[in-house]
Amino acid sequence: MNVRLLTLSWLVPIAGALILLLIGNADGRRDGFIRWLSLGVSLATLAVTLGLWAGFDPASADFQFVERRPWIPAFGIDYFVGVDGISLFLVVLTGFLTPIALLSSWGSIDRKVKEFSIFMLALEAAMIGVFVSLDLFLFYVFWDAMLVPMYFLIGIWGYDQRIYAAIKFMLYTMAGSVLMLIAILGLAYLHSAATGTYTFDLLRLYTLDIAPQTQMWFFLAFTVAFAIKVPLFPFHTWLPDAHVQAPTAGSVILAGVLLKMGTYGLLRFSFPLFPQAAAYFAPWLALLAVIGIIYGALVAMVQPDMKKLVAYSSVSHLGFVVLGICAMNTQGVQGAIYQMLAHGVSTGGLFLLVGMLSDRRHTRLISEFGGLKDVMPRLTAAFMVITLASIGLPGLNGFVGEFLIMLGAFRWDPRFVVAAGLGVILSAVYMLWMLQRVYYGPVTHEENATLPDLQPREWAAVLPLCAIAILMGIFPTLFLKPMEASVDALVQRVQATQTLQAENTVGQRAKGKGQIEIARAAK
Amino acid sequence: MFNSSFDAIVPMVCVILAALTVMGAEAFRARDEDMPLGGLGIVGLAGAAATSALLWNRNATSFGVIVADNFGLFVTLVLVIVGVLTIMFSSPVVRRDGLPKGEYYALVLFAVAGMIMMATANDLLVVFIALEILSLAVYVLTGIRRDDPRATEGAFKYFLLGAFSSAFFLYGIAFTYGLSGSTRLDRIGAYLSAQSMSDNPLILVAMGLLLVGFAFKISAVPFHMWTPDAYEGAPAVVTGFMSTGVKAAAFAAFTRVFLSALEPFSADWAPMVWALAAATMILGTVVGVAQSNLKRMLAYSSIAHGGYLLVGLVAANQVGKAAILFYLLAYAVTNLAAFGVIALLGAREDANDELRDYAGLWHTRPALAALMTVCLLSLGGLPPTAGFIGKWYIFSAAVSAGYYGLAIIGVLTSVVSVFFYLRVVVMMYMADRDGSLAVPARVSGVGMAALVASIILILYLGILPTRAIGFAAESIATIF
Repeated sequence: MNVRLLTLSWLVPIAGALILLLIGNADGRRDGFIRWLSLGVSLATLAVTLGLWAGFDPASADFQFVERRPWIPAFGIDYFVGVDGISLFLVVLTGFLTPIALLSSWGSIDRKVKEFSIFMLALEAAMIGVFVSLDLFLFYVFWDAMLVPMYFLIGIWGYDQRIYAAIKFMLYTMAGSVLMLIAILGLAYLHSAATGTYTFDLLRLYTLDIAPQTQMWFFLAFTVAFAIKVPLFPFHTWLPDAHVQAPTAGSVILAGVLLKMGTYGLLRFSFPLFPQAAAYFAPWLALLAVIGIIYGALVAMVQPDMKKLVAYSSVSHLGFVVLGICAMNTQGVQGAIYQMLAHGVSTGGLFLLVGMLSDRRHTRLISEFGGLKDVMPRLTAAFMVITLASIGLPGLNGFVGEFLIMLGAFRWDPRFVVAAGLGVILSAVYMLWMLQRVYYGPVTHEENATLPDLQPREWAAVLPLCAIAILMGIFPTLFLKPMEASVDALVQRVQATQTLQAENTVGQRAKGKGQIEIARAAK
Repeated sequence: MFNSSFDAIVPMVCVILAALTVMGAEAFRARDEDMPLGGLGIVGLAGAAATSALLWNRNATSFGVIVADNFGLFVTLVLVIVGVLTIMFSSPVVRRDGLPKGEYYALVLFAVAGMIMMATANDLLVVFIALEILSLAVYVLTGIRRDDPRATEGAFKYFLLGAFSSAFFLYGIAFTYGLSGSTRLDRIGAYLSAQSMSDNPLILVAMGLLLVGFAFKISAVPFHMWTPDAYEGAPAVVTGFMSTGVKAAAFAAFTRVFLSALEPFSADWAPMVWALAAATMILGTVVGVAQSNLKRMLAYSSIAHGGYLLVGLVAANQVGKAAILFYLLAYAVTNLAAFGVIALLGAREDANDELRDYAGLWHTRPALAALMTVCLLSLGGLPPTAGFIGKWYIFSAAVSAGYYGLAIIGVLTSVVSVFFYLRVVVMMYMADRDGSLAVPARVSGVGMAALVASIILILYLGILPTRAIGFAAESIATIF
């Protein structure tokens, strides 16, 4: 393939950001032009990511669109990128949500538009970079670089407590990721001790045979970094602050894409690199995930602030994703990826709609609203679709992922499914309750009686989200098919290594559920 | 070149000649005549850079005591960069603050000459002489604003403690000489490794004294007491110069002495340096959090960065040695640029170096705020900047030498340090403008050019570090 689509996918937004940097806009007189330009750049990026999808061969489990060139040869660091069925849709999701986030900010961001657009595009580039990197060093660079624009987005354009939230977000994430850095360096060192050459190449590190004890430490170092990002209970405390204080566009990206970097990391790095440790820790992770599902739902139920409610619902939904990953079978993992996409669309949409209400009324308190369905029927309809999608109504996107996850988890350990099922019910409770209090009943506040309904620009942001939510609910195979081969390959790799190592370590108790069966068979 | 025994000292001589010329010009200058003395200094430094480039890979030696090996030349180039940037940042400051121009530039150049000497010295006595040359110049530079009590206090503290540490160092040299019969590093190394000395307590005493001497100069905890006061008292640009140049030179000598002559005893000194590194990183960052003066905060940050460099020394493997060199380069450029911003924003009446002075800088000086942000991100070790690659390099040395504990302390303290670097960013971007910083009407073109050049270098080293890493690796290949 001559066109280097993957490089383009992160280079286009970077180039856009650099061009914006050169445009003089001290007095804000070119705001309009800058908005259109950044939207154009993000649409161009979307086109590139769709090009990836179009050119993707669903039958192959290998990495595609691979590009590789030496970067720091002395340490075996390459610029090495590629996508497989696991990362493909996350890249597309990023390309899809960024223009929507930019559109959503047209009304609400009215100062320093140029800088805002630069940070948004830089953020997009870094996020795409995270998903396409196959070199651990490159991955870490993008992973850390992503923090900076997000920090500025929250800190400059956020709400009252923005500085606190921005610093908390940055430090929390960094504290986790620096330990991962040590583990990455340790991996490269182990490789050099075993083979004589340094490498950060993920595919070569997959084949590295790591002692079980070492695996435990490295797994923990990686997983804590990802667990903070997900965020898995009890590492979630940064999330409500960051979400609530971020501007709407920031929340959309944060919920839509950033959180998925954590679950993606678990799938791409923690589990396949350290399968034995993964088998040991999977039940514990799943336990935390289930606690998160229920805890997030319960806390969401009592939130007076809509944005905070949606934020806690993310903790709950991402718990499902982690549960599916821990099950480590085809259904579980496919469901997890599907749920990542679905959550990106529906929670992104919820933040968007809450942001629109907040822009109109300058409050996000549920008690300040009521009876909006008569005032703004169109917004209500959109909110209804997205809410039902988030709950997981069949026919909408949330259902497929949750169903597959439960199926996969049931094959692994039914106890978790019972608890997670409770979370599904609770999610219906808190979401529908909010819907009822905000949109139904009489108009309780006079100010609300004259609120304008969706504007054309807002339609442009909301409509694609609703359409995708329905599409993903009705034609899941469209998305499941391309990920199948890669997911199968991943599951097989993890389980094969686990089996092999379980056989090798005679007498060691196999802790993972999958292995207990194997151990029984061995007896 | 001449291929004589003078080759190795040519870069140093270039700088000394420039310094002497500046002094002479000052003596014959009419009272209000404006001479480009800084430009003269830059010419001398450029000469040093050019001759260093010519000496690359030739391992020239002068009189057996100065070696222009690649290691020394790499540090020389770092020092030249430090010198050039310092002079460029100084040019508006000297005029604004009414500093004695001739003396100022001459002292900077003499200090650089001493630093180059220190980086290329192959003899403990020459290291000592170099140390004194650079220290004397820097003591005076610290107190060059005579009417400022803070500057005088800082200079005096620096002088007393510096003299004290020189005594330690000299004592260490004496013990080493007594044990090995030489002050030449190669001979000491050969002699000490030939004899089995490891159970001789005197070698521990000698190493300990040398260690203390160096630790003072690189301001490693617990020998850092002078640093915050001296850094706060000196003009910002001098602080930048001290915190990068002196540190680079002292580290070069430190590395050379401990990894060549005293290499056989690394099992003895490694635990000591380990403790120094850990204490330095932890104290530097933790105390840095509590500072409200930007210069003082950066002083503690530079202490912490000394700790990271020590990690490379503890690791003591090929990666570690090259990492020290790369880190010195990355740190020198970044730190100097950060102090450059402070210097450019200062005014004669008010140094404007309190943290709150930077409130809302983004609105009045967006370019300076952005450049400062890049410096701070690089100091914090975030990609895509030089500081990130430097940290990564240092910690990979520690990990590959098995020092996981030190690496973990290092990364965690760097997260803490990000907290206080971000405080500055918060001030500049997120705090409301309260008008306390009297922004200078215009920022000097030369200073701005130096700043932009530094930022380009920081980003270049952060994105395409391959060449610099290659040079660093090549530099340590010839010795050790």
